[in-house]
Amino acid sequence: MDTEVIKTETWAELLYDSLRELGITIFCYVPDAGHRVLIERSISDNNVISVPLTTEEEGVAFLAGAHLGGKRGVLLMQSSGVGNCINMLSLINAGRFPFLTIVSMRGDFGEQNPWQLPMGQAVEPCLMAMDTLCLRIETREDIPSTTEAATQMAYKSDQSVAILLSQKLIGAKPF
Amino acid sequence: MSSDFSLDRRSAVPAVIGNPADFLIIGGLSGSAKDVGSLTNESPNVYLLGGAMGAAVTMGLGLALAQPTRRVLVVSGDGEFLMNSGSLATVAYMKPANLSLLCVDNGCYGETGNQVSATSRSTDLELIARGSGIDHACTVQTGSEFAAASKLLRHPDGPSFVLLRVNNGPPPDYRRNFDAVETKAAFRRNCL
Repeated sequence: MDTEVIKTETWAELLYDSLRELGITIFCYVPDAGHRVLIERSISDNNVISVPLTTEEEGVAFLAGAHLGGKRGVLLMQSSGVGNCINMLSLINAGRFPFLTIVSMRGDFGEQNPWQLPMGQAVEPCLMAMDTLCLRIETREDIPSTTEAATQMAYKSDQSVAILLSQKLIGAKPF
Repeated sequence: MSSDFSLDRRSAVPAVIGNPADFLIIGGLSGSAKDVGSLTNESPNVYLLGGAMGAAVTMGLGLALAQPTRRVLVVSGDGEFLMNSGSLATVAYMKPANLSLLCVDNGCYGETGNQVSATSRSTDLELIARGSGIDHACTVQTGSEFAAASKLLRHPDGPSFVLLRVNNGPPPDYRRNFDAVETKAAFRRNCL
């Protein structure tokens, strides 16, 4: 196991444990390398519902439905998936549904694939235009406090909240 | 439009749903919201969408997985099922035993001027549901099939899918509540 893998598993394990301690029992996602550890943990966790989606916008509506049924969930997606969610956030906004998403950033710090830049750079303006609050995590030390802040703002204050995992945290993928 | 789109949705939808109190119901936008609103007078077991087209099926899935002891019904039109047909794969993958889907298929976009949809020309949503992995599925084209469809929506080993073919006439004349916050709160008070 090389040092990059060890680093990834360390922050990702911490993030998963933080979410579970905050009462998140539903994880939905379009598979993404940045979220690999969280997805695998959710699949092997007997107390969690783990839902692979065909497109990220499904997750927005899915979590609103889960809230009608009294469950707390999170949508895991890559920054490119944010663009797929925009109109579906109308449901969150119009209904004041709590919404929590964790976005693994591409097109961000040190990106080497030009295809990732357009959506990556548009993530924050697009989410903010849909009244979704953005909290950025750049270091491992910020994970517990930012995860707690985002989860409480979503599920206690009925806000739409995105945690953005910077490429400073997850690393820029080499091509 | 072929002759199999002949039923009147104003009588066919209530006949297929039966007693709406048997379900927690997510109603898709426009015509389907009026179908469900008119039938239930928006009782607190009902949540009607007014936008966010494509949301209904996965919203129902989230509700079904969060409330596994309640039966959940999604009612929406062919336009919304076509927009997010991938969500049928997501439903089949999760295989919630308590989720049923009713597609009111009028072969057109009724809210915007009855422009034809793909289901009136080429696309069979029952086959898409089956191909996605939803095994309990049927198509209803005549009144003689209502009872079997109503039973399928209550299949104990879901998910199930009913494609209800109707003509392009109007949905019930019903003025629904567009306050998505109020209806959310009422739904949760009733459900939780």
